[in-house]
Parts: sequence; C-alpha cells; structure tokens
Amino acid sequence: MIGEYLENLVNLVDAYYLQIFVNIGIAIIMALGLNLVTGVTGQLSLGHAAFMSIGAFTGAILTIKLGMPFSLNLICSGLMAALCGVVIGFPILRLSGDYLAIATLGFAEILKVILLNLDITNRALGLSVPLPHTPIPLPIYVWLTVLLVLAAMVLIQNSRFGRALRAIREDEIAAETMGVNTTLYKIQAFAIGAFTAGLGGCLYAHFIAYINPSDFGFSKSVDILNMVVLGGLGSIPGSVLGATLLTTAPEFLRFMERYRMMVYGALLVFLMIFRPNGLLGGVSIRKLVCKALGIKPGPRKPWHRISTRKAGG
Amino acid sequence: MFWQQLINGIALGSTYALIALGYTMVYGIIQLINFAHGEIYMVGAFAALVLVTVFKMSIFLAMVLAMVVCLLLGVIIEFVAYRPLRRSSRLSALISAIGVSTFLSTLVLLIFGADAKGFPDDVFPVVQMRIGAAEVSSLQLLIIGVSALLMLGLEFIVHHTKIGKAMRATSQDYTTAALMGVNVNLVISFTFALGSALAAAGGVLVGIYFNAVSFNMGLMAGLKAFAAAVLGGIGSIPGAMLGGVVLGVVEVLGVAAGYSSYKDAIAFAILVAVLMIKPTGLLGQKIQKKV
Amino acid sequence: MMPLLTMERVSVRFGGLVAVNQLDLEVRQGEILALIGPNGAGKSTVFNLITGIYRPTEGTIRFRGEIINDKHPHEIAARGISRTFQTIHLFNELPVFENVLIGAHTQGKSGFLGALGGFLPVKRREERALADLARECLALVQLDCKVDELAKNLSYGEQRRLEIARALAVRPRLLLLDEPAAGMNPQEKKELMDLIRKIQVSGITILVVEHDMKFVMGLSDRIAVLDYGAKIAEGLPEEIRSNPAVIEAYLGKGVSGQC
Ligand SMILES: Nc1ncnc2c1ncn2[C@@H]1O[C@H](COP(=O)(O)OP(=O)(O)O)[C@@H](O)[C@H]1O
Ligand SMILES: [Mg+2]
Repeated sequence: MIGEYLENLVNLVDAYYLQIFVNIGIAIIMALGLNLVTGVTGQLSLGHAAFMSIGAFTGAILTIKLGMPFSLNLICSGLMAALCGVVIGFPILRLSGDYLAIATLGFAEILKVILLNLDITNRALGLSVPLPHTPIPLPIYVWLTVLLVLAAMVLIQNSRFGRALRAIREDEIAAETMGVNTTLYKIQAFAIGAFTAGLGGCLYAHFIAYINPSDFGFSKSVDILNMVVLGGLGSIPGSVLGATLLTTAPEFLRFMERYRMMVYGALLVFLMIFRPNGLLGGVSIRKLVCKALGIKPGPRKPWHRISTRKAGG
Repeated sequence: MFWQQLINGIALGSTYALIALGYTMVYGIIQLINFAHGEIYMVGAFAALVLVTVFKMSIFLAMVLAMVVCLLLGVIIEFVAYRPLRRSSRLSALISAIGVSTFLSTLVLLIFGADAKGFPDDVFPVVQMRIGAAEVSSLQLLIIGVSALLMLGLEFIVHHTKIGKAMRATSQDYTTAALMGVNVNLVISFTFALGSALAAAGGVLVGIYFNAVSFNMGLMAGLKAFAAAVLGGIGSIPGAMLGGVVLGVVEVLGVAAGYSSYKDAIAFAILVAVLMIKPTGLLGQKIQKKV
Repeated sequence: MMPLLTMERVSVRFGGLVAVNQLDLEVRQGEILALIGPNGAGKSTVFNLITGIYRPTEGTIRFRGEIINDKHPHEIAARGISRTFQTIHLFNELPVFENVLIGAHTQGKSGFLGALGGFLPVKRREERALADLARECLALVQLDCKVDELAKNLSYGEQRRLEIARALAVRPRLLLLDEPAAGMNPQEKKELMDLIRKIQVSGITILVVEHDMKFVMGLSDRIAVLDYGAKIAEGLPEEIRSNPAVIEAYLGKGVSGQC
C-alpha cells in the first residue's frame, strides 16, 4: 500500500537524477563506515572497498540462489562483511599505523584475487544481479539505510563506546592505561565499518545490477577515503558532505570525468597540507544552525547539563 | 626446471629489490611509506621509453637519464607533498603520499593512454644461453648484472661516503642526528633521490623484460616491493635486497606450480604473514616503543 | 597487613640493557612511597612494568595478592592501578572534560549496543554518573573552569594536573605519578604537594617518582632508591638523606656528568 505510493513517487523522478541520488546515498553509507574506522578510531584502512565487495557478492548470490527477502538479504550481507572484518581485523589490528594500512590493502587485494577465481562469483566475468523483490522501491531502501546508519553513528559518537574509540585515535597507550581494551574496541570499530560497507555493497549490487570484483579495487577504497578526508576525518556531517560532493562533482563538472582521479589525488595532498581537518573538521553544525536562526546554542554536553542542575539545586 | 625457474625468479626479484630499496631507505629515515614510489618506477619506465623511441637513444643512456628524471621527481615530491607535513601525524603524510600516487598514475594515463606500450625490438639483443640445465637470456643477465651493480654502488655510498654516514645516523636517531649538526633536510632529499633513481632503473629493466610499460604498472610493483622491504625487515638495506629476491623467486615458483591466477596474491600473502609472525622482517631489529 | 603491591626479583631487559635488575619493592596500603634515582635508573620502566606496558623478563608482580605479570594494561587499570606519564600523554585534540571521562571508562559498562541505546534512561543515568565522577576529579585539581578547552591548549602545569584528574577518574587504589612536579614553579609545587596529600587522605595509595629532593622529602612516607635498575636503598626520608650509597649514586653521576 505505502509501497505503491512510494513506487509512484520514485517513478516520477527523472532516472538520471534518481541514479545520482542513489549513488550519493551509497557513498554516504560507505564514507560513514570508513569514518568510524579511520576518522574516529584513527586506523587507516585502505581496503574499505573489499568489504563492499563482500556485501555486494553476498547480496547478489543470496538474491540469485535463494531469492531471499531483501531486508534479510541486506542484513546478511552486512553480517558477512562484518564477519570478514573480524576475521581480518583480529590478526592485523595489532599492527600500528602504516603497517595496518598496508595490511588492509594486502587483504583487500588478496580478496579481490580470490573473488576473481571463484565459480560462485562467476570469476572475472562478474555477476548480473536480478531486481530483488522489495515491498518498497530500492532508492527508498538506500535512503532508509542512510538514515539508520547516520543515526547509529551519531549515537556511537556520543557514547562511552565512541569516546573510547576517540581515545584510541588520540593516544593508544594512554587509552589502554585508562582501561580501554584497545584491541577489542578496534576490532569492533572495524567490524562495524565492515558491516556498513557490506550494506552499501549489497545496495550497490542490486541497484547497479552488475558487479565485478575489479570494481572494488584500490582506487575505490581511495575514492571513499577521499570523501572522508575531504569532509574532515572524524566528522559525521563532514563524511556526508564529502560523499555528496565527490559523487556529484563529476556530474556537474563533465570535463572532470577524465581528470577525476588526478584531481582527487592532488586534492588529498592539498587537504593534508592546508586543511588537514577537511571542510567540516572542528566545525559544529549545531552552532552554525543556531547562529543562522539567531538563537543561543543551549547546553549539549553532559557536563553542561550537570553544571546547570547543580547550580539550580 | 627448478633451476630455470630460480633464475627467472632471481631476475624478477632483482627488480623488486631495486624498488624495495627506496621504500626501506625512506622508511628508515622518516617512517613514511612512500606510496608514490611505485609511480616513480612507472615514470622511470616511461621516461626511458620516450628517450628510446623518440630520441633513438641507446637503452643504457636512456636508463641513466630516466634515473636522473626520477631522481628529480622524487626530490620534488618530497619537497611538495611530504616536507610540509613533517610535523603532522603520520596518517596525514601517508594520505598525502596516496594522493601523489593517484595523481601521477592518472597523469600518465592521460598522456600515454591506457594501453601498454613496448620498447622497440632491437633495444637490447636477446640471446639465449645454456647454463647447465637452465636457459638464461642475455636480458636476464642484464637485469641481474645492472641490479647487482647498482646495489654495490648503494652499499658504497651508504658505507663509505660522508652523506651515507649522515643517512645512517639520521635513520638511527633522527633527533640526535639533527642536534649533532647533520643537515637532515639534505639527507632526506638525498635519500629520496637515491631511492627514486634505483626505482627508475627497476622500471626500465622491467619494461624491457616484459616488453610492456603501462600507467598502472606502478601500483602492483610498488606494493610487491613494499612487501619485499617488509619481508627483509623495513629499514634494512640488505634486507630489502634479500626480500626482493626471495619474493621474486617465490612468485615465479608459485606460478610454475600452477597458481598463476593467484600470482598477485602471493606477494600479499607473504606480506601479511610476515607482518603477523615477525613484523620486523628477516633482517630487521626488534624495537620496543619507549613510553 | 598484606602490601598492596609487591615486586619480587623483577627484571626487564631491552636487548643487552638490563633496565630493571632483580628489583624487590613493596608498596604498603595507604602510604606515599617515593621512587628516586638518577636519570636512566629505570624508574619509569618500573611504572611501565606495573601498568603492564612492559612485561618483566623475570620475577613476579602482585597486586592485592594477584599476580599481574602478564595482564594487559587495561586489565590492570580495571584492578585499580592508574598512572600519569613522565612525557605527557593526554588526548590532545579532545576537550578537558572528555579526557577525564575517558579516565572514567572502567566505571561504566555500556559498549557498542549500549551506544545504540544511548537514548534510554538507563544509559543516560550511566553517562550522568560518569560525568559526575569526572567533574569531581576536575574540581579536585582545580580545572573545573576549563572543561571545554582542548587538552593541547592547556598550560604545561595544567596538563600535568589534567593527567592526575584523568588518573583519578579510574578510581584507583594505587596511583603512580611519574615526575608530576617537573617543570613547575615553587608555588605550583607546593599546591601539588597539597593535592597529593589530599588524594592520600581520600584513601588512595601513591607511588611517586620525582627528582626534586625537597618535594620528595616533604611528601613521602618512605623512599626507595634505584640506580642502574637495582634498588640500592630503601627507608624513611631521614634515613635516605644520610645513606652513603645514595649520596655516592648521585654524586658519582654528577661527577661523570661533567665530562
Ligand atoms: N622500550 C625501551 N627500549 C629500550 N630501552 C629502554 C626502553 N625503555 C627504557 N629503556 C632504557 O632503560 C633505561 C631506564 O630508563 P627509564 O626507566 O626511562 O629511566 P628513568 O625513568 O629512571 O629516568 C634507560 O637506559 C632507557 O634508555
Ligand atoms: Mg623517567
């Protein structure tokens, strides 16, 4: 019933814009996941696209072989990617900094080679993915997922869990000394990042309808990293903005298509040197909104709430 | 059969070693994985290709000039993309390096296109020779010979010159070296120059060996060479040489054993295994972080 | 009464260097024990051994009777040992208050799922309890007016105090302070002494490394002296003051330090 309304609504939108709209949504999901791992927890991952491929192929195979309901399929794809995240993360998260980055890259490349050699993924030919049976249209699914992931990320950042992740980013030894089980937390962050990448991959596979292991190589991972870095490592609004900008820019700047990766490369260098916190790093969206509306931002952090309560009592 | 593959492996491995040296030297001094290093190797191959095909130079002259080109390129990259970040987090520098790598490979793609290019057939006379049970081509001898020569030269520079001493001092202890009056900036530039020149030689040799030069040859070769550097123990120069050769041999033997479609995964499997089992590599020293 | 912490014949080697050599040390419940010795004697290494950052090559470390040799630092924190660092290890890009909240990590339980349920009353209560604790610790070191400041923007003395507040938020039984007075002026040192006494009165046992002799003599109940990783003396402040081995260790260093 509602599905029908939504179907009609989606059909009204021009196919070209719908495509961009969906691409943005998937990019946001991918960027938010990587932001948790790299931006919040400080563990540079150069293999985020690999988890996307796990989700994409899991989702595609489940649809093809089992015709599973799409929501269930989506969750399975995420879980499968998360499982891989744990299996890979467990040994490599002991490594620090750049060694970790290289190990993630190594695993991603190994995974790609494996997928290129499996029968079930149709080797180098890739898979065509049939349209899944969904009660609501796929684009709506994508954006519902975006909202859920967004909400989860906001909740995580404002929690004891998220604080521990930030502590790990800032100073791993100090975090551990303060009682944070850094290994466990890093693995969890890694698994959550992989889970969201799995969701993104599954949505991508069904929307694009054709997937190939080579689509999820190193340059895809760099693409996603770019979004996070552009927006500002660790910033949720930043990741959303970065994903949106980098997905739409080549559409608006047609000439950019050819130069896209070149511009992205230069952009990374430029950002690191001149704006290491990205566009929105250290910017409080809340304060900006309040300022625009002409109201005074009220207390938000728990320590402010307590101070007002104590002053009153 | 085994000996044949061993020679093939050593030839391939020598080129990995040439690239790995750059990684290891740079890492030894500023703890940066110079992600653009593979791209320098690729540019080296293209530079020689242009010199040979357009300017009809001999391959040896072209190789020397390609080394000069890359030497400059390496120094410029360090100056533009890494030096401003020396006080920033290592994450920033690594991301910047990834940016440079992406930039260079796309630039070459735009200029030369996506197809692999080959050297002219007569660039180096290929003669097959028998040594015992194995067949060796003059090309393989060239690769092994040039690599050995360059590595000997490197050993000489590092151990018997003033700047080499400064390099070793800086890689032992950056801060102390700086305090003792070592011109650290110069040492870093010099290290990039040396590493880049070696990578360029590697690129030229590989370009002739496989008769293919393409914009995306740098990424995989760079990563494999990095794996070789890690295998040998990052920061260790003999380690990089050993790691390169071992990796080349294992890869060739793996392919010969019928795992050719997994060829690219072999290096990474070794890399990941080394990182997990002995992160300091074959010849690296154990270091515990001071608190 | 059983000592709070005991180290029995503990050694640690880095390559050829024996940084701590057959050390026997006892920290008694409720005391302030000072660990002194020339630079490089191995004092910070002792802290790193107790907090699990380094593993001893030999010997046993017991905390409240339990052997903690091969426990991870976070497990040791959970048992009630916390510390400050000689070289400041704050969470630089985070606000002061969050630094202390992270110190209070062991006092909370919610993990990833708890985070997703962050809007539930139970979870809000927990957050509030942690914030109360953090506020208390900050008030004790008189940083409660700087809660929103980023840690990196504090002055040096304030950063040292913040490290103490963060360590207190762990609610430790044993607090290890590594050169807390370094770089402070006399006035700050005096305030720090009062602060440490206040912490002792609240029931926390303290092991402190410090170079300033006046500070050490005025503050500690007992003193242990380390030289080249080995304990060369232990006793009441007045005993240590007149101990020839100690004078020798310091003077010997002083003379050799001049050439
Ligand atoms: N991780 C480490 N690796 C190698 N040597 C170390 C390490 N940590 C400490 N040391 C050495 O152990 C000795 C004792 O150091 P430390 O405990 O910091 O001395 P103190 O705090 O008494 O000044 C020094 O010689 C120091 O260089
Ligand atoms: Mg010390």
